[in-house]
Amino acid sequence: MAKKERTPEEASRDQATITLLTQATEEGIETSFSRADSMAACPIGSDGYCCKVCGMGPCRLVKEGQTGICGATRETVAARNFARMVAAGAAAHSDHGRDLAYTLLAAAEGHAPDYSIKDPAKLREMAGYLDVAVDGKTTEELAKDVALAALGEFGKVEGKIKYLDRAPPKRQEIWKKLGIEPRNVDREIVEIMHRTHIGNDQDAEHILDHAMRAALGDGWGGSMMATDLSDVLFGTPAPVISEANLGVLKDDEVNIIIHGHEPTLSEMIVAAAQDPEMIKYAKSKGAEGITMAGICCTANETLMRQGVPLAGNFLQQELAILTGAVEAMVVDIQCIMQGVVKLAENYHTELITTSPKAKITGATHMEFDEHRAMEIAKEIVRKAVDRYPERKKTRIPEDKAELIPGFSHEYIRYALGGTHRGSFRPLNDAIISGRIRGVVANIGCNNARVCHDHLHQHVVTEFLKNDVLVVETGCGAIASAKQGYMTPEAAFEAAGPGLREVCEAVGMPPVLHMGSCVDNSRILTVLAEMATETGLGEDISDIPAVGMAPEWMSEKAISIGTYCVASGAYVIMGHKSPVSGVEVVDRMISDGWESKVGGRMEFINDPEEIVRRSLAHIDKKRAALGLPEYDPTKWGQSGDARMEQLIELPLEERIEAAYGNKAE
Amino acid sequence: MSRYVATRAIRGANAIVAEADVLLQKALKEKGADQAVAFPNTAYFLPVALGMMGHEVSTLGELEPVMTYAKSMLHPIPDSKVWTPYLGETLDSGMATLLAAETIEAIRFVYGEQPEPYPGFQLAGGTSFTSPDNGGEPSLDGHLNGPIDDIQLRSWGIQLVDGRMPGFAAIIGAARSNEAAVSIVRELQQRSILTFLSGNVNGRSIIDQLQEEGVEMGYDTYIVPFGRDTLSAIYALGFATRSALTFGGLKGGQWRDILLYNKNRVFAFALALGEVDDLKYAAAAGAISYGFPVIADTIIPEILPTGVTRYEHVISMPWNEIEGETESEKAKQLVQKCIEVRGVKIQITEVPVPVPYGSAFEGEVVRRADMRAEFGGKGSRAYEYLFMADMDDVEDGKIEVIGPEFDTLDEGGFMDLGILVKVAGRKMESDFEPVLERQIHYFVNGASGIQHIGQRDIAWIRISKAAAEKGFTLKHFGDILHARFHGDFGTIVDKVEVKIITEPKLYAEWLEKAREAYNERNERMGAMTDESVEDFYSCTLCQSFAPDHVCIVSPERLGLCGAYNWLDCKASFQINPTGPNQPIKKGECLDDDKGYFTGVNEYAVQASHGSVSDVAMYSVMENPMTACGCFECIMMVIPEANGFMIVSREDTSMTPAGMTFSTLAGVAGGGLQTPGVMGHGKFFVLSKKFIRADGGLKRVVWLSSIMKEQMAEQLKEAAIREGDPDLIDKIADERDCTDVEGLVKHLQEKNHPALSLPPLM
Repeated sequence: MAKKERTPEEASRDQATITLLTQATEEGIETSFSRADSMAACPIGSDGYCCKVCGMGPCRLVKEGQTGICGATRETVAARNFARMVAAGAAAHSDHGRDLAYTLLAAAEGHAPDYSIKDPAKLREMAGYLDVAVDGKTTEELAKDVALAALGEFGKVEGKIKYLDRAPPKRQEIWKKLGIEPRNVDREIVEIMHRTHIGNDQDAEHILDHAMRAALGDGWGGSMMATDLSDVLFGTPAPVISEANLGVLKDDEVNIIIHGHEPTLSEMIVAAAQDPEMIKYAKSKGAEGITMAGICCTANETLMRQGVPLAGNFLQQELAILTGAVEAMVVDIQCIMQGVVKLAENYHTELITTSPKAKITGATHMEFDEHRAMEIAKEIVRKAVDRYPERKKTRIPEDKAELIPGFSHEYIRYALGGTHRGSFRPLNDAIISGRIRGVVANIGCNNARVCHDHLHQHVVTEFLKNDVLVVETGCGAIASAKQGYMTPEAAFEAAGPGLREVCEAVGMPPVLHMGSCVDNSRILTVLAEMATETGLGEDISDIPAVGMAPEWMSEKAISIGTYCVASGAYVIMGHKSPVSGVEVVDRMISDGWESKVGGRMEFINDPEEIVRRSLAHIDKKRAALGLPEYDPTKWGQSGDARMEQLIELPLEERIEAAYGNKAE
Repeated sequence: MSRYVATRAIRGANAIVAEADVLLQKALKEKGADQAVAFPNTAYFLPVALGMMGHEVSTLGELEPVMTYAKSMLHPIPDSKVWTPYLGETLDSGMATLLAAETIEAIRFVYGEQPEPYPGFQLAGGTSFTSPDNGGEPSLDGHLNGPIDDIQLRSWGIQLVDGRMPGFAAIIGAARSNEAAVSIVRELQQRSILTFLSGNVNGRSIIDQLQEEGVEMGYDTYIVPFGRDTLSAIYALGFATRSALTFGGLKGGQWRDILLYNKNRVFAFALALGEVDDLKYAAAAGAISYGFPVIADTIIPEILPTGVTRYEHVISMPWNEIEGETESEKAKQLVQKCIEVRGVKIQITEVPVPVPYGSAFEGEVVRRADMRAEFGGKGSRAYEYLFMADMDDVEDGKIEVIGPEFDTLDEGGFMDLGILVKVAGRKMESDFEPVLERQIHYFVNGASGIQHIGQRDIAWIRISKAAAEKGFTLKHFGDILHARFHGDFGTIVDKVEVKIITEPKLYAEWLEKAREAYNERNERMGAMTDESVEDFYSCTLCQSFAPDHVCIVSPERLGLCGAYNWLDCKASFQINPTGPNQPIKKGECLDDDKGYFTGVNEYAVQASHGSVSDVAMYSVMENPMTACGCFECIMMVIPEANGFMIVSREDTSMTPAGMTFSTLAGVAGGGLQTPGVMGHGKFFVLSKKFIRADGGLKRVVWLSSIMKEQMAEQLKEAAIREGDPDLIDKIADERDCTDVEGLVKHLQEKNHPALSLPPLM
């Protein structure tokens, strides 16, 4: 049964998307939006009742009390399905991290001459976490040892993941007591697959505990190392100026979209596109130059470090092609819709897959090899340029917004006190005083079944009004960027009085872009630092903070949500719970997990309700810490406003007026 | 920050770093890289560069890395639209500004441009600056103060740590009016806040304003005029840096700890008077890294969120908008706000006298020309005598003046005076009488326009014309003493009665009684030995400043700061049983000669967190007591002379150890046991237990002349006691020699007994 087709305005809150969807509808072009309208979600699977782990099934447990052929209950089935989502998500992030470790190793050994160590200080910091001796080694020698140590974390024989020590001591104690310290990254993922095999672990709570364990191996292992390794190889992000949305594409230049999740190739392509030889080549084909723009987390990676503009988030990948202005879409791994290949056939766009792990039927495969990275990058750019003369009519939307991304936790620390006094003290102080009511990490995907960007935009708007500082990664971050919330000026328009004061003092936007989805590890680091800075308790679970992925769709989001919960956070996922039909399991991941680890996971579709519960949680945590009740009327005095009036005056009046108004 | 502040501070930083660079290049060309560079009398080189970089600058060439580092801290100014964050960048620029300012001032020293010349200016109190125009003698005239030397820093140390001096204010610019300038400074003085002056507004400095109004500036009045440009404010941050190095046991290069030490322990703030220009914004950004907030009397952007500083970062209090009818009422509000913003802890005892009151006035000098009346000194005698009585015999608050007031005297005249203080209290003991009596000096001195010197029957008091004009009378001495004894010693003193006697017959009668009491107390003190008591006292007064150091005070060994003897500690324990002075059970004496006690050793282990396990009370060669940074003198072994030299804090000369006091202090301080080196109190030299294990007073081969003079009589008595009445003459001082060869020659000529003692090493 086909559902009613949504109008473009119902399908998205993003103007560029609405414009292009309108045209797609007129021209009868199929997109993920229209496919979502025409095909309802499988009701059995979406409630968590579908078991297909063996050949006797798939079994559908549609009735209360019904079991599978083997007798597996709904609880077992739902927990297994959930755990397998975690496994897939953790595998995706962590395998990404592993590849970066191999790149570092190749760079250290001189096999990947196009890569170098951009942040030796961070390399030394990593060495410290990984117990690698630093003394007397050259950068390359150290890089090699760090790469090997990092690789060791994926499959080491005994002990636990070393990065767990970066969590607050109280948190580590909880993990230890509960027996959910991940032993290594891979093993816990493999063990999920093993446990969820037919006839194995058939106790829902037991399965879900292990899901937390594997997820922790993602958050504090694979993802955190991926972030660190990327920073070592490509530089730790600091603020840059850039732009977001499809309006960044240029009518008179070769447009190359990089899409996917890894920085390894995209960094090279960005460099290749700036090569005078390439620009000359583009000009020889009639273009004015080469424009790079990103989608999904490849976009976030290159945005954070190089300021490469954002073309859009997950649901805009097809729309980028619809502009008719994209010569090549170069993809690596994760979140690449197969539909883009078919769509590209209608245009001159070359769809190029590059990862040995991700080929797409019908796409051009130009396999990436880090040993000759730049050479391949140039080939790709040349291929894109070659397409330019075939470009036909374009329809690039005008919409774009400026943004200041680049908030690594290192930079945030610096931003709050400079080289000499950097710390999280000012942030903690702001929360303690109540200028900042609390912190929300708004992350995660887009989902074609919910109005594109709507939940992101709505909740962030409300949080800012309520003096909640928002930190973001992934496609959620791109949504706020497009909304204009990532400029420092946005604090004056969108933030409550206390948050505005803090933003003005630091010069920062009210919504901080912290990177790609593996960079949620940066958020964990910030939370850990806040917990140890004093004043906000001793553990992540004490901090007035909420994590959310309101438009989640990927298994990675489930893994992220799970490791955040296991780290002590209250996590709200939007849309629909994958275990929604099984109340017992739903309670296990909310009330059950809260009693074990202090964090809980809830699935809420109503944005008003997300905001209400988040603020209630923040206020509850504030009260538990004995902090003053949130009162925005106390704030808003500081800043430039009065000075700006003064400097409007003519000089001679200004000198006298500087002493203020005489009392009447 | 705010974008406006960031823009101006970063612009100011870029400009001053460029200027410093040009000056340095010029100086290198003209004077060469090997040209010596130094601030006077400090062991901390250029303190901010030392603190922040761990870099010791002693030549022009060594300034180059400072400039390289400063440049690395610079940033572009924020864009007017879609700017990137600027707080961290502004604070870095502030640090660059401080390093550039220090570089420029150091170069100015090379060219003789610092301390800033100021014809006709006279500093109140000591300065260690040696003027080349003055035949190498210290000069107090014709220039401003420039940087504070180590001697002054250390002598203020004890006041900073015990809270008598709650912090410092760095004033930059010029006040709205001369009256405002005086009022602000007076308000700060009343709260005993050390005040540093620098900067100007359109060429006019608060220093000019105070000079015009006849306000005394110098170490003695707690008002230190650094210079008339903004750059000289760097001396305030040099002072702050050295506080952390001197008292906090920190080393150069521990920048984060040094800055946090200041944020947490040094209660300082910057007060920007008048228009704030780029350079002032830049310097203020530097101060904020130290945790020092900035308060302005003009409209500037306020930065209220907290974190780098404890409370608000920048406060604007436009002068015209301050409530108050007069300039002085406004000044009071402004200073009150400063204190609030920095969170300075101030205990003020309201003292009902018609003149400003506070320990900042303690060092004030009343010159003969400004004097209304004098008691003691050449023409008359003054004495003060405090004694305890039964509760029923003391009428609290009763103050009598018996005899004529000084208004009967001609201007500048003198008369005899006796001050009798009768106290009673349940916890009062006769042992505390001298402790309390000595406070009279500090208490009386706290009144502006009153000078008090000496004690007992050699007291010497002057009352200035200004104080007399404001209505100060003899009765007010009683008001002061009554208020302060209740305020400061309320736990041991319940009742205070004061008699001020000028009537000749009664005066003479009480003088007799007082002298009897003095003699009796001397004998009692002399009889009090380490053997005669069960408890010694710990003194952790400095622990807020020097976290690892602990003093152990015994009857025969006073605290190394010289400010606390055993009785003081005992009284302090009575006043505050959980305070810094705790009794230590002496325990078993393990070695009578060296002074090892089980109780003392146990306490040392615990208090030093295990780093010190044995303390010899009477030896410097074996497990000597550790020191913080406020010692009055340092002794050090001179192996060639087979004895010890002792240099006092006031002595800036070179010593036979090859180091000045300032440099030696770095070796003696920091809570470490270094055999052969020890910081101690001056009067310890007179004790029978003074390095008894190492040979006692006869081992002293070199002693700063200032100590010889100050303690001439007591030293002579000690020499007689040691069986060598001419000993003091045999001991060399800086006038005889400042090197080992000269010392050995001197000792041989004088036949000093140390040469015939058993070898020390």
